[in-house]
Amino acid sequence: MKKLLASREILLLVAIGVLLAIISLRFPAFVAPANLLVVFNDTSPLILLAIGQMIVILTKCIDLSVAANLALTGMVVSLVNIMAPGLPVLFIIIIAIGFGTLLGMINGLLVWKLAIPPIVVTLGTMTIFRGTIFLLTKGKWVNSHEMSDAFKAVPRTDVLGLPILSWIAIAAVIIFSIMMTRTPLGRAFYAAGGNPHAATYAGINVGKTQFWAFTISGAIAGLTGYLWVSRFAVAYVDVAGGFELTVVAACVIGGVSIMGGIGTVYGALLGALFLGIIANALPVVNISPFWQMAISGGAIIVAVVLNAQANRTKGRIILKRAEHAT
Amino acid sequence: MSTPDTPRLSLAGVTKTFPGVRALSEVSLKLYPGKVTALVGENGAGKSTVVKVLTGIYQPDNGAIEVDGQPVNFAMPQDAERAGVTAIHQETVLFDELRVAENIFLGHAPRGRFGLIDTATMTRRADEILTGLGAKVDPHAILKDLGTANKHLVAIARAMSIDARVVIMDEPTAALSQTEIEELYELVDGLKAQGKAILFISHKFDEIFRIADYYTVFRDGQLIGDGAIAGVSEAELVNMMVGRDVSQIFPERTRDLGDEALKVTGYEHPTEFSDISFSLKRGEILGFYGLVGAGRSEFMQALFGITKPSAGTVEIEGGAVTIRSPADAVSQGIVYVPEDRGKQGAIADMPIFQNVTLPSLARISRKGFLKLAEEFALAREYTERLDLRAASLDTLVGNLSGGNQQKVVIAKWLATEPKVIILDEPTKGSDIVSKAAVHEFMAELAAQGLAVIMVSSEIPEIVGMSDRVIVMREGRIAAELDRAEITPQTLVGHAAGISEAQA
Repeated sequence: MKKLLASREILLLVAIGVLLAIISLRFPAFVAPANLLVVFNDTSPLILLAIGQMIVILTKCIDLSVAANLALTGMVVSLVNIMAPGLPVLFIIIIAIGFGTLLGMINGLLVWKLAIPPIVVTLGTMTIFRGTIFLLTKGKWVNSHEMSDAFKAVPRTDVLGLPILSWIAIAAVIIFSIMMTRTPLGRAFYAAGGNPHAATYAGINVGKTQFWAFTISGAIAGLTGYLWVSRFAVAYVDVAGGFELTVVAACVIGGVSIMGGIGTVYGALLGALFLGIIANALPVVNISPFWQMAISGGAIIVAVVLNAQANRTKGRIILKRAEHAT
Repeated sequence: MSTPDTPRLSLAGVTKTFPGVRALSEVSLKLYPGKVTALVGENGAGKSTVVKVLTGIYQPDNGAIEVDGQPVNFAMPQDAERAGVTAIHQETVLFDELRVAENIFLGHAPRGRFGLIDTATMTRRADEILTGLGAKVDPHAILKDLGTANKHLVAIARAMSIDARVVIMDEPTAALSQTEIEELYELVDGLKAQGKAILFISHKFDEIFRIADYYTVFRDGQLIGDGAIAGVSEAELVNMMVGRDVSQIFPERTRDLGDEALKVTGYEHPTEFSDISFSLKRGEILGFYGLVGAGRSEFMQALFGITKPSAGTVEIEGGAVTIRSPADAVSQGIVYVPEDRGKQGAIADMPIFQNVTLPSLARISRKGFLKLAEEFALAREYTERLDLRAASLDTLVGNLSGGNQQKVVIAKWLATEPKVIILDEPTKGSDIVSKAAVHEFMAELAAQGLAVIMVSSEIPEIVGMSDRVIVMREGRIAAELDRAEITPQTLVGHAAGISEAQA
């Protein structure tokens, strides 16, 4: 099964390779290393959010409020930037992570303490977060000229040939894969989603574990909120509208089981890259965006079918012969 | 046995085997119209299997089923339903959000024009059936608004709606209050008057003697005896149920009791149990016996911190401790191996080693990070101690056989180095060989100085393994029996509430 899981990620890697090969037939410049780095940078926000979402889905929950959290936090830090243009960007980033964490904790507390189904909680907070942006701004945009140069510069600054945005995504992949595989909390995420009853008997507080998953997802969404508005140099109510579904799609394509308990950071990374390549390649090869949606949708269904096949219970082993064979 | 007329339904020479278990062996059973036959036997005697054969859920390996003297073959539950055999289960299978009439006619509702359900006719007929049963239940009511007793009436009305001629009642009184039970008796009398043949399964002897005309006793899947209830005494029934020599199949233990490991005083819960006090020494096996629903598992879950008691104290090795969550219990050295190991024990999508170390993560972490080498060492130590054979500790638990999954679950708990281990129905559903292995293992645990609490409904296991037994009845301790006093007869007597249980 471990092999199978690894092979699922290899399968996705192969699919990405095939996708790039097809695109290179029509538009060879797309697969030039420099352009691939651009695609990676462009996909970084999706990678970040997919890692947070992956952790939430592992615990049998779902966070539909990530994009709204991103938009609200992005607006809040933009307004802070307008009010205090001289505030160092480091503080802006701390505020973004802190505020996003707070929003994630609200989700987590509602799921943990009131035992409300996560889909309902985050559907509600999603709408509330978007509505709050409107209340803060009366629907007005924060535009490029209102933001300080330092505020806008950070995600684009190149360090060792890569923009900071890309480095943040890479750092998140490394940090969270260590957290998921090497810490008791990471193990608890898998246990709480894999079998909540067994986890409870093992002394793991399932609700609290879910709370931490939402908190992490919120923190990542908050950080991504700052990166997003500063990169595009604009903040408004509908920033990243509907992006939460792309994030969930990236997880599902990346082999994260929607039933909880199965998924890896690398899976989320590959799922996000798959969607990122499609989103970047189709416009340059002149395929209508409607095809883009159809291809993403097709990929989701293929991924779900593959996962369902892999997870199908093999039935009880009754024959002695079969038992020895395993 | 003198027979009034031909049986409405009869089983003859029915055998049913499952891999490793012979659930029924050449059993016979006769049900007569207008009579109640009580089916008696301890857990695992084959009562549920018989019900499933009678209702077409299981097909017997061989043997004959006859209805009104005609041989029949129940290939599917629908066949049994068509022949007029219906069962009312322990946990009534009904739909909480539907109306009473819809529950009664689900699957065979009267149809009107265009094949749509004829609600008016359905409601009227539901009302007729309910009135016929003497039940004051509104067919329009939503089922979840009814009490347990009325839900039973609806289940019985459902049985009537398909013109049942044989009614199987599987522990119908388990969830009922005393007045509700009286009403049920009247209802059964009504059914008898209508000429239905009734199979009544119960553990409670007062009920059996109150309501049954005939009895049939099963033990270990075999027919032990049957006859008219008038010709038998409680003690004789108990002897038929349990009468067997149980001494030699259990491991011999030298009982070497140490200091007090656990002391529970005055544990209370508003609805589930009351006034539970006992103590337990190192190296002792304390059996908890009782009927299903006597509150044993509920108390154990409170002791383990899953539910919160309203009063009571726990002392471990002489020191008072507070247990408010399973994590508290594990860190204080109490572990609980739940009854449903498939559902509550192992995590199928996790590898063996991660399952084994799950409750011990704090011990194998340094500064918040897991030490994988220590984790593997811990997992290897305990899986080897249990002789778990698997290709590698990376194997997902879901890919192991049931027996090996069980070993993983036990290894997981031993790895926490507990002081008290609670085993809830440790051999339920196991075959003879794995039962012996579990018993052997339990004896080893006790020999190593662990205090063992064994919750079991299987009398031979309780008699063969326990140093002391606490019998629970209706949420209270009915008796505490020392080694010498533990006999099948005293156990059943205290559990069922028979005043004088001599055999």
